[in-house]
Amino acid sequence: MPVAKVNGVEVEFEPGMTVLQVAERAGEEIPRFCYHERLSIAGNCRMCLVEVKPGPPKPQASCALPAADGQEIFTKTPMVEKARKGVMEFLLINHPLDCPICDQGGECDLQDQAMYYGRDESRYLENKRAVEEKAISPTIKTYMTRCIQCTRCVRFVTEIAGESEIGLISRGEDAEIITYVEDAVTSELSGNLSDICPVGALTHRPWQFHYRPWELKKTFSVDVMDGMGSSIRVDSRGAEVMRILPRVHEGVNEEWLGDKSRYIVDGLNRQRLDRPYVRRSGKLTPASWDEALDAVAAKLSASSPDRVGVIAGDLQDAESMKAALDLFRALGSANTDCRQDGSALGGGAERAGWLFNSTIAGIEQADVVLLVGADLKREAPLLGARLRKGWLANHVTVGAVGRAVETTFGVKQLGGGLQSLLKLDKDFVRLMEGAKAPAIIVGPGALSREDGPQVLRAVADMAKAYNVVRPDWNGLNFLHNAASRVAGLDMGFLPGAGGLSAREMLKPGALDVLMLLGADECDASASSAFKVYVGSHGDRGAHGADVILPAAAWVEKPGLYVNMEGRVQMGERAVFPKGEAKEDWAILRALSERLGKTLPYDSHDQLRALLMAEHPSFGRIDYVPEAAQPLDLSSLGDRKLVQKAEDTGAFASPITDYYLSNPIARASVIMAELSALRVKAQAPMAAE
Amino acid sequence: MVGILQDKDRIFTNLYGLHDWGLEGAKKRGCWNATADMIAMGRDWVIDNVKNSGLRGRGGAGFSTGLKWSFMPKEVREGRPHYLVVNADESEPGTCKDREIMRHDPHLLIEGCLIASFAMQAHACYIYIRGEYVREREILEAAIKQAYEARLVGKNNVHGWDFDIYVHHGAGAYICGEETALLESLEGKKGQPRLKPPFPAGAGLYGCPTTVNNVESIAVVGTILRRGADWFAGFGRPNNTGTKLMCVSGHVNKPCNVEEAMSIPLKQLLEEHCGGVTGGWGNLKAVIPGGSSVALIPAEQCETALMDFDSLRDLKSGLGTAAVIVMDQSTDLVRAIARISYFYKHESCGQCTPCREGTGWMWRVMERMAAGEAEPGEIDLLLDVAGQVEGHTICALGDAAAWPIQGLFRHFRPEVEERINTYRARKGSFAGHAIAAE
Amino acid sequence: MSVRRLAKEQPASFAFSKATMKEAEWWIAKYPAERKQSAVIPILWLVQKQEGWVSEPAIRAIAELLGMPTIRVLEVATFYTMFQLSPVGSKALVQVCGTTPCMLRGAGDLIQVCKDKIGPKQALSADGKLFWEEVECLGACCNAPMAAINDYYFEDLTAETLSQIIDDFAAGKSPKPGSYIGRVASEPEGGPMTLTDPSLYDGSAAKKIKVLPNSQPRKEPA
Ligand SMILES: Cc1cc2nc3c(=O)[nH]c(=O)nc-3n(C[C@H](O)[C@H](O)[C@H](O)COP(=O)(O)O)c2cc1C
Ligand code: SF4
Ligand code: FES
Repeated sequence: MPVAKVNGVEVEFEPGMTVLQVAERAGEEIPRFCYHERLSIAGNCRMCLVEVKPGPPKPQASCALPAADGQEIFTKTPMVEKARKGVMEFLLINHPLDCPICDQGGECDLQDQAMYYGRDESRYLENKRAVEEKAISPTIKTYMTRCIQCTRCVRFVTEIAGESEIGLISRGEDAEIITYVEDAVTSELSGNLSDICPVGALTHRPWQFHYRPWELKKTFSVDVMDGMGSSIRVDSRGAEVMRILPRVHEGVNEEWLGDKSRYIVDGLNRQRLDRPYVRRSGKLTPASWDEALDAVAAKLSASSPDRVGVIAGDLQDAESMKAALDLFRALGSANTDCRQDGSALGGGAERAGWLFNSTIAGIEQADVVLLVGADLKREAPLLGARLRKGWLANHVTVGAVGRAVETTFGVKQLGGGLQSLLKLDKDFVRLMEGAKAPAIIVGPGALSREDGPQVLRAVADMAKAYNVVRPDWNGLNFLHNAASRVAGLDMGFLPGAGGLSAREMLKPGALDVLMLLGADECDASASSAFKVYVGSHGDRGAHGADVILPAAAWVEKPGLYVNMEGRVQMGERAVFPKGEAKEDWAILRALSERLGKTLPYDSHDQLRALLMAEHPSFGRIDYVPEAAQPLDLSSLGDRKLVQKAEDTGAFASPITDYYLSNPIARASVIMAELSALRVKAQAPMAAE
Repeated sequence: MVGILQDKDRIFTNLYGLHDWGLEGAKKRGCWNATADMIAMGRDWVIDNVKNSGLRGRGGAGFSTGLKWSFMPKEVREGRPHYLVVNADESEPGTCKDREIMRHDPHLLIEGCLIASFAMQAHACYIYIRGEYVREREILEAAIKQAYEARLVGKNNVHGWDFDIYVHHGAGAYICGEETALLESLEGKKGQPRLKPPFPAGAGLYGCPTTVNNVESIAVVGTILRRGADWFAGFGRPNNTGTKLMCVSGHVNKPCNVEEAMSIPLKQLLEEHCGGVTGGWGNLKAVIPGGSSVALIPAEQCETALMDFDSLRDLKSGLGTAAVIVMDQSTDLVRAIARISYFYKHESCGQCTPCREGTGWMWRVMERMAAGEAEPGEIDLLLDVAGQVEGHTICALGDAAAWPIQGLFRHFRPEVEERINTYRARKGSFAGHAIAAE
Repeated sequence: MSVRRLAKEQPASFAFSKATMKEAEWWIAKYPAERKQSAVIPILWLVQKQEGWVSEPAIRAIAELLGMPTIRVLEVATFYTMFQLSPVGSKALVQVCGTTPCMLRGAGDLIQVCKDKIGPKQALSADGKLFWEEVECLGACCNAPMAAINDYYFEDLTAETLSQIIDDFAAGKSPKPGSYIGRVASEPEGGPMTLTDPSLYDGSAAKKIKVLPNSQPRKEPA
């Protein structure tokens, strides 16, 4: 490895690293504004200047300069200090002195650097420049006078979000950031713009003036808005969550977060179920916990075990599902299902039969990818960003079977439904066969239909034919849009022997008592059963319920979540449940007591310990297998046709609106606003 | 005879457009003569001779042209064609020489493009001409059409080197003269200079190996090879060889373009070619010898200054594009330089911080100084700001904005101080800093 | 320069004329097929020639033609100052060079003429016929002071000559571009003092060159 000297200290570095990275490796912090690890290098702020030998007798922008073997790098010489102070002064002459009213205050790169490199008084006697505010998105508050023209926002939108909507127009000191038309930023990743803006020019509009960063309590958690399991930080003040920010997780979300994951915060305070309800003479009326639990217990004990069942929803933590599963098994019921969408996944012996096997980061290795009914913009925008990376680098070819949808990367459309899968485009087949790392991404929309088992079988056949599962590479990937799903499948939250599936349980007359554990995406209106809703929001599930048992939202309880690649992650409690609401497992535990089937755990810790003991995969926190997981492809799906293939139509995502895909999101005013603006703005896609 | 160079040694024999610019006229004047023979001599011969001629880039920076060509990759790699890009953006205030080449001797340029492209294994060349030169572009396009029709260029041309030549134009941006900004502009983007490395020879136009040369640098090549490297190297002082177009503007009796031998004394240039300084040599106050980007030199230094790279560098100025802007005693030097500061503020691309913020700051202070409405201490502030811009920017526009100001105060600081004092005396007290921006 | 933005009032639509489209295609053909974007400046210019200025619908049309995001075309249209983003004079667009070399030789007088005749800084005349602005060095410094009017250069001007030229344009005439003191180009006033040797022009330079100089290998010094 080449070696450079940073302030006299030798450091080894990998070829291709920049001087800035080498200096950091040596422990030197280099101030920067325009440079961002995940964006192309602009080198325009000039804050990162250092001196290098050999080199010209003037400071060099370290972020853009490739390091060389034998190079000497100086980060603290008088020349460097002077140059940085000069740049700082230039940045400040036209920057407003409005830190006290700026939302970036306290976490502003400019503010921080000014502490080191700023002068204590201004030498600029002219009028400061004022720049008009711009309406670029409902998620972004602009205050363009604060902009330092670093172009991070321009680069983020074009490179990561894949929508060329922001530009720097005009030139010289009049250059300004703008979108072509108002509210033009429609990316699901728009919130990241406010994160990467190093100053207060772009801030989070939904939270403007709500808090100062230093008064917030920070809790590490996991996002549940999709199946990615993005790492998040929940910032709260008192009993209220104030904001949600991404944490860096290279394996999952890098450092980005989708808008839904970030801005549903207001949804946590609205439409909340904060006390139990019991339906009396047709109307849901407030009740005490005792009344509500007694009502449920009475119904359950009066019904035969094969006439009761439970469906778990998309946002559930693993522990609450475990408690529900244990309770219904204790009652003798086999009617349990975690697949409210009716997916054909699960049931096999191998986890690889329902995981995103290449892993999320690993998908970047793939060179040919076939999307089967996967709509990444709606189901997992950050996964789309990963594919975009490869596509931009000309590294990956993507084909898609399913309804034509918008993507942030180029896609060859290869037809719509099962029929197209069975007779896959010849050219693409050749590509798949010749690929070094072929991958198939199967979306929930392909597997949750009546013909899901056949689709699954067809996919397995393809995987076999194209050698997608190899000893050193498993490219068969099941995409989950529900945060709870993999945990459910891992613990066997599926119909027991002779038990009913979710689809069957929902049919009229199938059950006498149906418990919906946070299940809002299934239609229970046809079911004639007595319905018990355990959940946090007064949404679809609660509306038709006979008893409502108010539970905690995910930020209000500790919990384990398993993302689509099988990574078990732990969320901490950021705030307490609202009103009289309780943690779900505790509700189920109380119910079990009333039914005389007391669950064998008195605390959440005991419950978690039992889960890990019974299902060891839950004990491996934040771990995904390094090596490719083996998978017996012949175990997947069903060859039997329920319907003629050509009749089944194009695969379509179960999510019709990214912004409104779960009860918390539907409670959020901001999500409603984004939905109205962006979903309408999207041009309707031509039918396939 | 006036000056040093004799007519027989001039390259641009139709500089004033008195003769036919077309192919017939150009051929008659010697253009396209023996071009095929030059190509037959091979690439190395061409590059060696250009090196030996001592030709240094005529676009301002003065880098050895032959050496620059030799930086191009030796092998052309699949999918990475080589390009020659000719810089005809000519926007440096004071400079108006390339214009004359393009409208009066376009075939010299076209011939040079072919030879240079051959030497660098480029099959395509783009000439980037500033948008305002509409007439010049029309003529250049017409001349290129003639060359295609005569099969001097194009596929299967008489020279045996397949070669396409295209004219591209800008639309009003000085910065597009900077070679990497020019490439960005040619790719259909804003003219914002690129970070270097990578240099154009590694990754230039469309990411392919590219050399950017000034119009004059390319247009002289045919004649150099025809008459010999030694012939060209015979003019001027060592390291400053050849003939050079010089543009004299400002306070001389007869402003004009003229081709002269390098190292001609500045005084001789002004006196013999330009009818002298208005009001006589004694009326001279200062000269900007190389376009607005270089520092001015005061009259005393004009006595001995030679028009070459080294002499003017020793005077802390530069030859630049050899655009001589003459200012006599009637000149308000502070205003003249303030106007140059405005130019740089207006032309800054806005990409990097020191230039974007610094050029505006410097202009505003200069503007107040021109009025006298400044604190004496602001002179040092201004120089400090200029020093903070200089050397800290992505491209050399930052330096170009700083140097004229530094030059002014190096030689005429007392004049500015006096103006400030007079203003204060007249106003009784300092009137504040208000300036009507723009 | 002030912030360059799209004009408030915009036409409802834009369409390339046949002639413009033909020229646009000629430009696009100059660049590699996947580099159509290279033609954006020339095509913006063609559109300005067609309409007199660059409108928002035109920017959208160009973006579509070249397969570029509209914001990228807007960036280009606002970066380059030759693009007029609002309507200019129907008879003349007068661009007076105000940079130092011209300033030294009387650009101030020319600017005064424009102010008197047309209006203050960057103004459209009341009758909509004339528009003037001060521009930066136009690269004709040896013929200062000068102005570009509707594409062509008018050189060696005085307040009087410019005044007349503007009047002529306003009256619908087409005054001749070039020097207004009788120079052909940038030769010294009164006629060239160099390039007078007739042998330069008698064809002798076109005689066949038998051996190119320096065509033999250089002898190493012994
Ligand atoms: C701000 C700026 C403006 C420039 N303008 C021009 C120009 O108008 N014409 C030109 O030939 N070179 C110009 N240059 C120099 C070019 O960057 C480059 O050095 C030159 O075209 C190289 O050609 P040469 O080696 O033949 O001189 C400019 C440089 C800078 C920094
Ligand atoms: S808005 Fe923020 S991110 Fe964008 S250029 Fe300005 S300072 Fe940079
Ligand atoms: S961080 Fe290097 S120039 Fe901005």
